[in-house]
Amino acid sequence: MGPLVVNEIITENTNLFLAFIIGIGFGFVLESSGFSSSRKLAGVFYGYDTVVLKVFFTAAITGMLGLLFFSLFGWIDLSLVYVNPTFLPSAILGGVIMGLGFIMGGYCPGTSFCGASIGKIDALVFIGGLFLGVLIFGLGYDIWEGIYMAGSMGDPKVSESLGLSDGVFGLLLIVVALAMFRVAEWAETKWPREEY
Amino acid sequence: MTKLKELKKTKYLNPYVGGVLLGLVLLAANFVAGRGLGASGAIKSTVVTGMIAVAPAATENSGFVGEFRDSHGGSPMKTWLVFQMLGVIVGGFISGALAGRLKLKVEHSPGITSRRRLIFALAGGVLFGFGSQLGRGCTSGSALSGMAVLSLGGFVTMMAIFGTAFAFAYVFRKNWI
Repeated sequence: MGPLVVNEIITENTNLFLAFIIGIGFGFVLESSGFSSSRKLAGVFYGYDTVVLKVFFTAAITGMLGLLFFSLFGWIDLSLVYVNPTFLPSAILGGVIMGLGFIMGGYCPGTSFCGASIGKIDALVFIGGLFLGVLIFGLGYDIWEGIYMAGSMGDPKVSESLGLSDGVFGLLLIVVALAMFRVAEWAETKWPREEY
Repeated sequence: MTKLKELKKTKYLNPYVGGVLLGLVLLAANFVAGRGLGASGAIKSTVVTGMIAVAPAATENSGFVGEFRDSHGGSPMKTWLVFQMLGVIVGGFISGALAGRLKLKVEHSPGITSRRRLIFALAGGVLFGFGSQLGRGCTSGSALSGMAVLSLGGFVTMMAIFGTAFAFAYVFRKNWI
């Protein structure tokens, strides 16, 4: 059955319309979880507010389990679902640069649009920076194409790389997440903050 | 006072409930489109469109535009992530309106000025924008969506983003605490 557009159950235009609807859900959940506030987002790095960690990992696990169960029930063909390709050098270097951008700017791209949608001027300026950063990458593409394209590994699953089945890896991820949630709850009582 | 504290605590969604809902949105995206959520991809679409519009001849040989054209047919603005990001703006606005959070302001720690906050927001945005291209997606597209489909790259990028932010938290602490 799924993915609907790949199996031509819906048309390309319906797919784009549903993208808009799914986007509304995405933005609504991000904003109501507090992701429109850079001070809440940055809190995870100082322990006073760990909402990012909780929402992020709960979402990743819910999505992962949902896909595994949908596949088990025959509702989705996972071989037709896009798995992000792995280029190790650029994945690490890109992640490091993004992490630096995160702690300096207090937002990531998705959350900055949420912040801007409720009137955060700092989020709007961050978005301006995003466009500039993407443009710099685009204009100087020849300079970093080497590292960008280096170390292509195809699209391996982390479970395969570790020699585990998807289910066992999923279970391990849940256990790790639960442990992190424990630490997060503890951190919030250890480094509490007033209203911000 | 306790009541006020209670109110403050409950004005946002419980994070675990929010996480499950976000996971369901992510599942819906995969079920409908065979791909996860994203954000930086929409910015890339816009930048590519702008580059083509401003300097059509110069972009003819651009590796960046060429690579984008290879992976996306048709108009760069008629892509899944552009429509999804338009939805994000609407969804964020609706949630903010319902919760009474619509307000024009520069949000910053009382210890720093608005000016300092905006300079760092701009610099952080530039870095995040650049990094999202090098890393083939941001926190949404690469880390979150990648993790749900168990992509090795997704996990690596996620650890690099959060690990680096943690590592530099001390350096930039004045901005936040």
